Amino acid sequence: MKNSPPASTPTPALELETIRRFGPHVVHERESAGDSGADKLVKTHCCFCGQQCGVQLKVRHNTVIGIEPWYEFPFNRGMLCPKGIKRYLQQAHPDRLLHAWQKDSATPDGFSAVPYEDAVRRLAGEIERIQREHGHDAFGVLSGASLTTEKTYLMGKFAHMCLRTSNIDYNGRLCMVSAAAGNKKAFGIDRAANPWEDILGAEVILVSGANVAECAPITTNYIWQAREQGAKVIVVDPRITPIARTCDLFLPVKPGRDTALFNGILHLMIENDWLDRGFIQAHTAGFEALAESVREWTPGRTAEVTGIAEKSVRQAAEWWGVAKSSFLLHARGLEHHSNGVKNVMSAINIVLASGRIGRPNCGYATITGQANGQGGREHGQKCDQLPGGRDLSNPEHRAHVAAVWGMNAADLPSPGVDAYEIIRKIDKGEIKGLLSICFNPVVSLPDNNFVRQALEKLEFFAVIDFFMSETARYADVVLPGSLQEEDEGTVTQVEGRIIRIKKAVESPGDARSDWKIIQDIAQALGRGQGFTFDSPQSIFEELRAASKGGVADYSGVTYERVEDNFGVFWPCPDEIPEGAPALGPRGTVRLFEPGSWNPVAKGAGPFYFPDGKARFNLTPYVGPAEDVDAEYPIILTTGRVVSQFLSGNQTRRIGPLVDHYPEPRIELHPRLAERLGIADGDWTTVESRRGNCTLRASVVRTIRPDTVFIPYHWAGRKSANQLTISAQDPISKIPEYKVCAVRLRRADSPPEYAELLQPQQ
Amino acid sequence: MAVPAQLEFFLDPSRCIGCQACLQACTECDTHKGQSMIQLDYLDRAYSTQTAPVVCLHCETPTCAEVCPADAIKRTEDGVVQTARKPRCIACNNCVLACPFGVPKMNTRMNLMMKCDMCYDRTSSGLKPWCASVCPSQALAFGTREEMMRLRPNARPVNAFQFGLQIIRTKVNVMAPRDWPDEVVDVTAAMYEPTIGHDMLDDIFVNIGDEV
Repeated sequence: MKNSPPASTPTPALELETIRRFGPHVVHERESAGDSGADKLVKTHCCFCGQQCGVQLKVRHNTVIGIEPWYEFPFNRGMLCPKGIKRYLQQAHPDRLLHAWQKDSATPDGFSAVPYEDAVRRLAGEIERIQREHGHDAFGVLSGASLTTEKTYLMGKFAHMCLRTSNIDYNGRLCMVSAAAGNKKAFGIDRAANPWEDILGAEVILVSGANVAECAPITTNYIWQAREQGAKVIVVDPRITPIARTCDLFLPVKPGRDTALFNGILHLMIENDWLDRGFIQAHTAGFEALAESVREWTPGRTAEVTGIAEKSVRQAAEWWGVAKSSFLLHARGLEHHSNGVKNVMSAINIVLASGRIGRPNCGYATITGQANGQGGREHGQKCDQLPGGRDLSNPEHRAHVAAVWGMNAADLPSPGVDAYEIIRKIDKGEIKGLLSICFNPVVSLPDNNFVRQALEKLEFFAVIDFFMSETARYADVVLPGSLQEEDEGTVTQVEGRIIRIKKAVESPGDARSDWKIIQDIAQALGRGQGFTFDSPQSIFEELRAASKGGVADYSGVTYERVEDNFGVFWPCPDEIPEGAPALGPRGTVRLFEPGSWNPVAKGAGPFYFPDGKARFNLTPYVGPAEDVDAEYPIILTTGRVVSQFLSGNQTRRIGPLVDHYPEPRIELHPRLAERLGIADGDWTTVESRRGNCTLRASVVRTIRPDTVFIPYHWAGRKSANQLTISAQDPISKIPEYKVCAVRLRRADSPPEYAELLQPQQ
Repeated sequence: MAVPAQLEFFLDPSRCIGCQACLQACTECDTHKGQSMIQLDYLDRAYSTQTAPVVCLHCETPTCAEVCPADAIKRTEDGVVQTARKPRCIACNNCVLACPFGVPKMNTRMNLMMKCDMCYDRTSSGLKPWCASVCPSQALAFGTREEMMRLRPNARPVNAFQFGLQIIRTKVNVMAPRDWPDEVVDVTAAMYEPTIGHDMLDDIFVNIGDEV
């Protein structure tokens, strides 16, 4: 093997001048003029993950200067992870975009300032030109699930009504879609089935593919409190993450084999009659066919495929099988696969077979990734969706939403394609223009060498962001957007609880609320009808009407009700038919309760299908898209660290978080390290068929010896997604971040970036 | 103002997930902004993800204060051992070397020993300290003993530690398995040999506000 990558593999440039100008630079503290006292405390929520911890922002002189725990908010009761504590450092950050920028090859950093109005006008002109010349669908939109629900609603409306393009999708495509699709197929609704308080008191807690302690830290205390009360904790993960360290049973699954594990557990449940036959009979459909299909999943075969000791598979099945109460949690480790939906459905199958759902301490949930990973996937910024969880392809749904929007349903576009397919369409020349907000695909999408090449082909690219993200560096125009703390709104957190985001400060300089920017673009296009909202609350009021009657029904939710009750759980219709059980002030806290009413089953049963029954789904095992072979013999899996968030556009600018874990390392087992002659701390080159990456090695016994791990928060030559594969689930279109084939070796010399870039750059 | 007597600090390293929320929150304290008084390390990352936070245990008779030649380290009447008094501290490092738990740290820039004061500004007004407020796994917890005994039926708070012949009692509790005996039996534990006592209380008690 040579030291250089395969000749065909492109590598990103270091972009030194752009980095020098726009960062990421780190800030360690907020300078305060001698006085750290706050003018006000604003009760709001963290801007990062889907836990959405309550927190108070300390504000002085229109600057967020710190935080104070919000002990009364019931979900986290003051608890926060390091990201939530230091998030305030992003607000008055020197890297903030204080005005609009345009690409300018005459400047060393590639950009020059442009008046906001000119930038908006230019963008509108390019949208108009591209759509006139190439059709409506030639202009695409990428959006994100860290935006408030109001903004995500507006993005969907903007694409579908103002631009009339099919091609809008969002970064939840990399995050929540496998869980969403699996939940809809099994339950008819896509939401955590239970509030987190149901974790406490469960007898068995099964955590599958969820690095809880690092990616959803607050959930740790729920799980460990349950364990104090006698729960057995089973963790399925190729790595001993901090939550796995003290679990009662650890199942070190070989990445990509999850369906086989759950099929094997179901096989043992059936063999030992650890089933709730009454529940299966009364409330489900499809069990017999599924039972037949898992006959082949004997413990021996399960062990062989999953790489988990047979006795552990049997132990897990027994604990799960005989439990009186339980809670199953999963996250991206189960979902980021070309079989992500199948993995999710196979996990749900063992929940339904146990009958332990819809009751206190009997629960199931996916752990949402982004701040608004839940709300952001409900109201129309997904490529096939309309508000309220409605379908863009359903004539009744189109008619309902078109009426609310005051447009002709026939003018609504047809469903478009997923985020990665949008990139492919750009590459093929079918999409010529793009507007991106709250998305950093150059870092976050797999096989990002391809993504960069595609973006360079765009005739016009506009980005709305508060920092010059690695993706924004490819834009022709960058519009200065707002941070979460600079706007009002709502998000829906991991439990399905709608909560209020409060404005703490005004955006600095020429930066402004994203919803205002979108409306400005609509006005500049001369298509301003429907884009004249004067506040996030007025957007929310329209969203209530648009979602009414849908599965994700927000019609009974008001800002006041949300604030009075520490959140409201959807579905929360404003009208309940006669005879149906009334909803409490908190809305539908727990789904699928016996005797509950929903708009799909209309009283026929607790699940969201016309017959009220949940569905068992067949989950035949198919391996990962790219398995290991002689040339690339090692499995690469990717994930997160506790101090960074997603593509790092925010957290790589926060000094104390950067200090915690400055640069990505490649984790490998000493057995593998010894064989390859790699010692802890050595520069190590990892190569896949798509790219290569040289990082320092971290030699640890907490990972399977056939698997290596790299966290993905970094950009450019440090990006794990240079290596990952763009294989996608056929249903959810989630990319397979969790398995691809690589080879590695000790590097001959440090990489070029080591001397030129700071750790976070 | 004093720390309410019913509120206690409980430390359970087995719950630590290494997230550094405690450390980051500690740097938010107005009295030592930007500097953490907490140490948090992997025990041995090559073998385990186990980490452990070290906060001051607030000894009843603090070794750091006992060895201080300048009498700079004071303990409040409600039992909180404080950072060295700036006018007195001579930055000699005695306390840093003597503390059996390795807590005090020398701030060379300020020529001052600094240590955890259990967020006295918060705890003396009934609030939780920063670290125990935020800790997502509640490895660091602050509350009543009754609440802790109810929430953690498998653990019991321990606040006596033996280092050689020295027995140290602390204000902070460390959670140990509830049914396990206190000490490991060894030769010296079964011998007659008086431990070092602390019947002399020196003058380390002051009321906050008596002295700057």
